[in-house]
Amino acid sequence: MSKLLLVLFTGSESSLGSGFAAALGLSFDVLTLTGHAETNTGAEKELVAGLTSLPPADALASTIATLSQGYTHIAATSNMRSKDVMARVAGILDAGMVTDVTLIESPTRFKRPVLAGSIISIVEVLSTPVVLTFRPAGFAKGEAGGAPDQVSVSADASGKTVRISQSVRGGARPDLSQAKIVISGGRPLRDAETFERVIGGFADKVGGAVGATRAAVDSGIAPNELQVGQTGKIVAPDLYIAAGISGSTQHMAGIKDSKIIVAINKDPDAPIFESADYGLVADLFDALPAIERALGS
Amino acid sequence: MKILVPIKRVVDPYSKVRPLSDGSGIDTTGLKFEINPFDEIAIEEAVRLREKSGDVEIIVVSIGKSECEEQLRKALAIGADKAILIETDQEYDSLGIAKELASLVAEQAPDVVLMGKQATDDDCNQVGQMLAAKLGYPQATFASKIERLQTSLKVTRETDEGDEILELPLPCLVTADLRLNEPRYVALPGIIKARSKPLERRTPSVPVTLKTRPVFFESPPPRAAGKKVSSVDELVAVLRDRGAF
Ligand SMILES: Cc1cc2nc3c(=O)[nH]c(=O)nc-3n(C[C@H](O)[C@H](O)[C@H](O)COP(=O)(O)OP(=O)(O)OC[C@H]3O[C@@H](n4cnc5c(N)ncnc54)[C@H](O)[C@@H]3O)c2cc1C
Ligand SMILES: Nc1ncnc2c1ncn2[C@@H]1O[C@H](COP(=O)(O)O)[C@@H](O)[C@H]1O
Repeated sequence: MSKLLLVLFTGSESSLGSGFAAALGLSFDVLTLTGHAETNTGAEKELVAGLTSLPPADALASTIATLSQGYTHIAATSNMRSKDVMARVAGILDAGMVTDVTLIESPTRFKRPVLAGSIISIVEVLSTPVVLTFRPAGFAKGEAGGAPDQVSVSADASGKTVRISQSVRGGARPDLSQAKIVISGGRPLRDAETFERVIGGFADKVGGAVGATRAAVDSGIAPNELQVGQTGKIVAPDLYIAAGISGSTQHMAGIKDSKIIVAINKDPDAPIFESADYGLVADLFDALPAIERALGS
Repeated sequence: MKILVPIKRVVDPYSKVRPLSDGSGIDTTGLKFEINPFDEIAIEEAVRLREKSGDVEIIVVSIGKSECEEQLRKALAIGADKAILIETDQEYDSLGIAKELASLVAEQAPDVVLMGKQATDDDCNQVGQMLAAKLGYPQATFASKIERLQTSLKVTRETDEGDEILELPLPCLVTADLRLNEPRYVALPGIIKARSKPLERRTPSVPVTLKTRPVFFESPPPRAAGKKVSSVDELVAVLRDRGAF
């Protein structure tokens, strides 16, 4: 019989996973690697690994693969961490994998974007088990079920890789991949100080998260974890404001699921105006402060 | 030190691609093909490691049709010493590629497998991790800095929250992110000169059983046409109206 194991790297991922699990329509258990599932996902069982921190991929993937025995589907929210670990799990299990599922046609047919979102492909799964990562934006939150039985499972955190250090940036701003409002800046922001003052300052006024283009990250204007796009983060806020961003295919790949896209660009022919819901032809250094003033009034 | 760099031939990431009208594939007529950008970064990094410490041998490998020779030649021009083309018309999934590469690794016994984090055509981001699993190698994906130590690599890798530094005992596998380096420009004479470097053609050694298969390709649903607003006040008014602020 088909059964899903929903892998939560942290308990806070539970709200993202419940919609996917409901859409897949199979009975399921959750495996919580650190902490506890924070919402009731409708799972039958919660396997609690009780790790205090997540070890590097080699150790973590072996643990998950061991605990995945007997499941036909093993899934996690799509992000850099799950891509790192879950593809290794698939390798250990000798399983097929579908990355970045955006829509479920059946438990063996999934849609996913390819070529920076220029094309959607339907992937058929030809064997079990299968490993999946999914983009939560496409899945409405599932209905909360009863509290699942909790079972402690043992997780072995030893591997060959040694973690020397780890930096966690981000501060007080909302998490980029889950924020309701995202304001992103591109190359014209010039330097880190200007970016932080103009884009960061605006974000703090509206309670939003900050994003950036690859051009901004490459030129040291913004830190790498803020990159949005094909090879950065995927965002799906209610409001996405792109300031000084040309609208490359690679950048648009990360923002297509936003409800409203606003573009501020001083070039009336910038490609981003083709996909923005509202376009303002203006210098961002004038427009953003003006919007702040208008909001204040 | 021996470094193996698997590279993929992909359609130029800056070109406009469309699905074929019957959905059976992607229309690539008239489009240019390149080394997958992340793989070019991996080759560049291998060459820089050699430039720093000398004793590095670099082997590039590609699995695919005969035309992959073009990308392998370019890799040789960037600085690889030897190329292997595993020539096949077969359809592969990521696991199939990983298994074929694992068999080559067993034969070549490199100290490091250095490759792209993701192919810009399928956007899978799978092969490196699957290969590391098959080999039992420690892995560092999304690398933005690599330092060679005596019997290990020290790798800075990008994470969702920032970055982290890992130490991987050799042999190990690393996948390159965009910020690892900026590949050098190779002029035509360099590509011509590389013609004298060895390129070996062979056939696959592992039979393929597909576990996943793309069966249909379509255009994404278009976004409704947007409109231009003429002033900040108009913009703020529509956004308030739609409850965005
Ligand atoms: C393999 C690969 C992967 C990639 N992945 C990503 C990715 O994940 N994310 C990503 O973003 N990019 C990615 N890129 C890069 C992408 O192709 C573009 O180069 C990049 O998105 C451009 O960034 P930009 O819009 O900031 O810069 P530009 O293209 O230089 O655009 C700047 C824009 O700002 C406007 N402007 C200038 N001054 C002002 C002003 N004062 N006020 C208002 N407007 C102004 C200009 O008119 C212009 O339109 C990738 C590329 C490759 C090859
Ligand atoms: N056909 C291939 N031949 C050689 N290397 C490949 C091939 N396909 C993928 N790779 C390698 O695997 C990486 C990740 O690819 P993918 O998992 O498809 O996104 C690429 O950057 C290449 O280094």
